Amino acid sequence: MEITFTLNGKKTTCQIKASATLLELLREALNLTGTKPGCHEGECGACTVLINGKSVNSCLYLALNANGKEITTIEGLTKPNGGLDEVQESMIKNGAVQCGFCTSGMVLNIKALQLETMQNKKVPGSGIKNSPNRNEIKKWLEGNLCRCTGYVKIIDAAEEVFNKGK
Amino acid sequence: MSKKLKIIGTPVPKHDAKIRTTGEAIYGHDIKLPNMLYGAILRTQHPHAEFTIDVSEAKKIPGVACIITADDVDTNHIGYKRDHPILKKNEANCCRDEIAAVAAETKEIAQEALKRIKVKYKVKKGIYNPHEALKKNAPQINKFSSGKFENKNIAEKFFYEHGNLEQEKKNSVAIVKRKFTLPRMTHACMATSNITAHYTKTNGKLLLYSSTQVPFLYQRDMAHALKMNPSDIRIIQPIIGGGFGSKLDMHPFEPICALLSIKTGKPVQILYSREEEFIASPTRQPMEIELTAGVDKNGNFTFREIEIIKDNGAYTSWGATTPFVIMQAFSSLYKIKACRFNALAVYTNNVFAGSFRGYGNPQATFALERVIDLLADEIGIDKAEIRLRNANTKGEITGQGLHYDTCGHKECLQTVIKKLKVEKKKVEKKNRFKRGIGYASMLHVGGGAKIYRSDGCGTTLKIDPYGFCTIITGSNEIGQGSETVLAMIAAEELGIELSKIKVINTDTDVKPWDVGVHASRTSFVAGNSLLGAIHILKEKLNNKAAQLLNEKNKNFTYENGNIISPSHQQIALDKVVREMHFTEPNELAIASYFYEPSSKFQDKDFKGNVSGTYAFASQSISVEVDTYTGNVQVLDIHVAQDVGKVLNPLLLDGQIHGGILQGVGYALTEELIFKEGELLNPNFHNYKMLTAADVPNIHFYPVETNDKQGPYGAKGVGEAPLIPTAAAIANAVCDALDVEIVELPITPERVLKAIAEKKNNKKNK
Repeated sequence: MEITFTLNGKKTTCQIKASATLLELLREALNLTGTKPGCHEGECGACTVLINGKSVNSCLYLALNANGKEITTIEGLTKPNGGLDEVQESMIKNGAVQCGFCTSGMVLNIKALQLETMQNKKVPGSGIKNSPNRNEIKKWLEGNLCRCTGYVKIIDAAEEVFNKGK
Repeated sequence: MSKKLKIIGTPVPKHDAKIRTTGEAIYGHDIKLPNMLYGAILRTQHPHAEFTIDVSEAKKIPGVACIITADDVDTNHIGYKRDHPILKKNEANCCRDEIAAVAAETKEIAQEALKRIKVKYKVKKGIYNPHEALKKNAPQINKFSSGKFENKNIAEKFFYEHGNLEQEKKNSVAIVKRKFTLPRMTHACMATSNITAHYTKTNGKLLLYSSTQVPFLYQRDMAHALKMNPSDIRIIQPIIGGGFGSKLDMHPFEPICALLSIKTGKPVQILYSREEEFIASPTRQPMEIELTAGVDKNGNFTFREIEIIKDNGAYTSWGATTPFVIMQAFSSLYKIKACRFNALAVYTNNVFAGSFRGYGNPQATFALERVIDLLADEIGIDKAEIRLRNANTKGEITGQGLHYDTCGHKECLQTVIKKLKVEKKKVEKKNRFKRGIGYASMLHVGGGAKIYRSDGCGTTLKIDPYGFCTIITGSNEIGQGSETVLAMIAAEELGIELSKIKVINTDTDVKPWDVGVHASRTSFVAGNSLLGAIHILKEKLNNKAAQLLNEKNKNFTYENGNIISPSHQQIALDKVVREMHFTEPNELAIASYFYEPSSKFQDKDFKGNVSGTYAFASQSISVEVDTYTGNVQVLDIHVAQDVGKVLNPLLLDGQIHGGILQGVGYALTEELIFKEGELLNPNFHNYKMLTAADVPNIHFYPVETNDKQGPYGAKGVGEAPLIPTAAAIANAVCDALDVEIVELPITPERVLKAIAEKKNNKKNK
């Protein structure tokens, strides 16, 4: 079957098997290997991508449901000139990357929190406030496992992104 | 170091962080080669069974390129004791056992083929408890073992002693004896195990894209397994998604993948699923430790007597050798007059362990530090005081022969004792939440560990005509940041900016020899190796610069890409390199150096100075226990660690935090649960790894002792932060509840049980 969606800002059409997950489509058909397969069962968050700005485990998401949606992978976060997104910059600066296998998912989930808080700014009283505090960040990142860093620097990196926005 | 450092000691972000943050880094999972086949492994359905196997139907499936069983291959057994057949024939002995393997055009076809392989099992009663295995009438579990010990199911044995144990028992005013049980924890690397093998039939060369931590030993082991010449095997390490010791052994799936490639002449890739990773990748060694220890009337430790029984599983991995490190903790952490140590690794039909960050030391430290608290209680000394009184000191040579040329033990202890401000107040409803504190220290090798004939590392250093520097190092990057530290050293010494420094470290055909990433050795050994190469290269550069500048005094400094003479003449480094290349005597700006630490191979009694230097650390931890639910919340962790010298505070923090959280997991949540040899929780849902929400407040105080052997005074740091954490948490829980904890992890269930036992004991009194 055929689906059409926006992938990292570009309209994309492809043929898929009905049973294919978004993770398989991205990694195997589209060679976007920055999205990492950690468990294939929605537990580790390494395969997190943004779908219409929300973070989703791509291993649990059927590719056919991507039809008509806007998908951002880690490759789409880097600017065309090679410049990095502020979340990526903050991860590097804060020493939040060790082996890096969880990093794509972490970056995109922090990005999702940033997008969500920006959205909530427009709707007073909804969800997490303008700038999530450390505990809210920790809770938000609960679905992304990391074995190397002990999370501290990742939380620091996220906090710095939000503090900058203050 | 009298020279003022510019780069060493600063928080330089990781050299390779950028590609790991953008998705550009190529991990083993991302490799795709033309005509590549996908490999998959059939494992036994029963931990212990005889079986017959028929692959004829499976072979007929279109897209199946090759199926192998034990009958199709001619290989040597693997493992440190060579007691492990790569593919098992007729008999399965643990739930991981590989009985057939498939290579197919797609992953789906490979999985389909596995389903169509017909296996008939005759299930046998296995032995899942080492004590059962030691019984006289127990059958021999591993038929390939050397059988050199008095019991056929003993895989390995260690004995060590120093001092006069009987005399020290007499000198003791209190003696405590306890038995501790330690669980199986697994590495749970975020990237599952993976390998891509590419055999070229025309020239007989095997190329392996492998995540091993020890490429040169792996090359040798692979060659032995496959009956090949090691130099016909080239190992390239892609970016590695987590190590922690899991990749020290070569595991059966790796030669299996090579065999599939050899049989088909095509590249073959094997990627573990997460379930397979839980089942078939190594674990921390589970064990029972019985510790008897004494203290004299002055509060000085007198003796320790240790009996350890380790569950070796069905085959022997490096995990069996963890007593090397375990005995060090018992013989040499705190001053101890006499020590007698016995450890057995016993075959069972369980899975085998491997090496895991700390290498037995977290287990030993848990037992040791729990007993110290009990001894303190026995003689009525404060728990901090008894530790300070017995702390190791600079200049000490321990009973085992370890030389503490520098030693930050006391300072570490003093720091964490001071920093932990105890709030013993009960929170919320009275009686429900109880707080406690616990201390623990650790000793670990800090300058490599001479357990092979060499503990060395080679470096080739090159400066190109554009002033860029390439470090070709034997050491490996597994995420810990070794590339960054090496680049910082080169930048510091050569005055070259970091962006102009490249580190090449992934190819056994290119890089010089090194033992591998283990024993927290890389910054120490590879750093010293690089410094040696820099020294040689600078002599060459100095000579040329002196000639070009007409300088007699060759006491040059290197700054901002220039070589500067004592009389402030300067010349660009790249120009000097060009002149070296293009004018007589026409030489390259290249130098090689092999660094071998001053450490000694231990004798047959396990005595000798096994490391270039030793690392010490202490932690003090506060917890709050919910006595209704049994839940333990870790509040604050204070950690002081003798790191010798801080090379990069940012990366150092990362090692500390990461190690500590693994330690908290070991203490509280992580355990592979087996029933009759089968794993019951092979997924992240039921194997509880900690998340961001569980992170306690970690306060880190580096202690700098400037060891003269270390690069800039630095010691190894990687394993240490994990080692004392579980011990300190257990001590804190016992302090909070006045209970005894003898088993990890300290789950809510075990806490409630301990509370109930305490109540029963009171009633009975």
